[in-house]
Amino acid sequence: MKTVIDAHNISKTFNKKSIPVLAVKNVHLHLEKGEFVALVGPSGSGKTTLLNLIGGLDKPDQGNILINGIDITKLSANELIDFRLHNIGFVFQSFNLIPVLTAKENVELIMQLQGRGKREIKERVQTLFQEVGLSDKLNSRPAQLSGGQQQRVAVARALASKPQFVLADEPTANLDSKSAANLLDIMTKLNQEENMTFIFSTHDQRVIERARRVITLVDGEVNSDTGTYLELNHGNSLI
Amino acid sequence: MWIIKLAWKNMWRNRNRTAITISAIFFAVLLSTVTNSLQDGVFDNLIKNVVSFYNGYVQIHKKGYWEERILDNVFEDSKELQHTILTEDNVQNLAPRFESFALSATETNTKSAMVIGISPDKENFITQLKNKIIEGNYLTANDTDILISEGLMKRLGTKLNDTIVLLGQGYHGSIASGKFRIKGILKFGSPDLNDQSLYMNLPLAQEMYGAPNKLTSYVLNLKTNDEMNQTARSLKNILGKDYEVMTWEEMMPEITQHIKTDKASMYIIVILLYILVCFGIFGTLLMMMVERKYEIGMLVAIGMKKIKLIYLLILESLFTVITGCLLGILISIPIVYYLKINPIRFTGEFAKTYEEFGFEPIFPASTDSNIFIEQGIIVLLLGLILSFYPLVKVLRLDPIESMKKM
Repeated sequence: MKTVIDAHNISKTFNKKSIPVLAVKNVHLHLEKGEFVALVGPSGSGKTTLLNLIGGLDKPDQGNILINGIDITKLSANELIDFRLHNIGFVFQSFNLIPVLTAKENVELIMQLQGRGKREIKERVQTLFQEVGLSDKLNSRPAQLSGGQQQRVAVARALASKPQFVLADEPTANLDSKSAANLLDIMTKLNQEENMTFIFSTHDQRVIERARRVITLVDGEVNSDTGTYLELNHGNSLI
Repeated sequence: MWIIKLAWKNMWRNRNRTAITISAIFFAVLLSTVTNSLQDGVFDNLIKNVVSFYNGYVQIHKKGYWEERILDNVFEDSKELQHTILTEDNVQNLAPRFESFALSATETNTKSAMVIGISPDKENFITQLKNKIIEGNYLTANDTDILISEGLMKRLGTKLNDTIVLLGQGYHGSIASGKFRIKGILKFGSPDLNDQSLYMNLPLAQEMYGAPNKLTSYVLNLKTNDEMNQTARSLKNILGKDYEVMTWEEMMPEITQHIKTDKASMYIIVILLYILVCFGIFGTLLMMMVERKYEIGMLVAIGMKKIKLIYLLILESLFTVITGCLLGILISIPIVYYLKINPIRFTGEFAKTYEEFGFEPIFPASTDSNIFIEQGIIVLLLGLILSFYPLVKVLRLDPIESMKKM
């Protein structure tokens, strides 16, 4: 299997000058292509910080993060933006679609930023919208879509750049059960059929149940890194 | 292309706010364009009046004449002197004049008159004197008749074809007198000129005042009025210390001062107007940055380079400013043209003040395209300068912080 993320001994402390908070502590993480991983843990356990570090949105105080063999901790701010654009897909809790653009334009934007050709963009948009089941909503504005539909558009946007992996920060937190299940179905399908790597930070039991690997963080440290939810906990809550 | 499309769509994100900002810019451009056009129109008219009514752009006299306008300060007219003046590149042509005062009299009235001896064709070329004839005919080269201004005619109680007598002091203490038929009536906008001017052929005036071939001034017409001061300097050098070369600004410094003062006060008003516009634009940018902080952070997170974001935000500001500017300019064009064709006419004290200067009390508008371009560019630059605020914000933006604080 191909290694996608290889993080060594990473730590991150906030408020260094006042009351230091060690958000991530000596974390080692090894993720391979095609994994479907849930980062779980109570609030303040460091899930989002770890996700930000892996996503190149923040830099660790110590340690290295290699993505496809590239140490992203050594990249400049500008290089990181470019790296994120070409290698990482993001799905946010509150969808974050641009309200003035249609669903199609929101997805196109990523590819336009990558400088792809019109024809390629058009074809990819059609494929992505078919995959997320929104081919009939291409020209709808975000405000005309339900929360679940918006998050599916966000998934299409995350996949548009053909990333190495997708980071999803609480993707189902603002969705009802049906929409959440629908979204997870799509993500599971993309993972199984296209071998797309997904890493979620989540509190949502529904996401954890679908994960094929669950990493539990407690106080910024990896408390457990196991197989599936069922293998891990035999039904007891992890969060 | 996509970034332009996105900027345009973002501009209309909050329609009401954009409409308010565009309106502020629109009214600022409209007001500043119209006021500047009126101001420039008034000044252009003022200068045109000074030049076309009487003074010309440049005059040449014997040294000291302007200080003491007496017949002792006349100079000899000569073809050589005229040739020397006309060889200056920017001088188009000249009109010789002999000016003095006399008592004009009919059977019942006696009034003072300013007698101006002219070369009819040359004078007409510079001051369009022929156009000011309201009754009768203009002078021909050998005419022994005279033209008098409408005001003087009324003051004397005379009419066309009547005869009047002139009596004054001639050159070197001689007596100047003559009897002349009125060939034409002139009407001037300037009350000063309208109340006392009396024109006759130059040789006739020289003969009456006993000053053959003498002149009080050459009035010059220039090819390019913008180069008036350079031309005057050049002529001063050529003619030497025996002559004085004066521009209309030197002959009528109060007009120059008036223009300067008026422009300064207008600048203050326009600056205040622009400060208000700046607040309007800045308010919009401020609100936009606050509202879209999360989104901007998200765009950086997903891979939009800050330089592209800056480009996007500057485009949004420019679109707003350009839309306001264009609307302001488009609406101001017909207004300014209307005011040029139908100038506002002063009344009351204001009108009197203008008349005291000797000018028609009207407010014509200038349609000089530079006014529209200047105002557009000023507002555009203001918009660009204010765009530095979101630019700085974006440069300092940390995507995590931006997305966290919502």
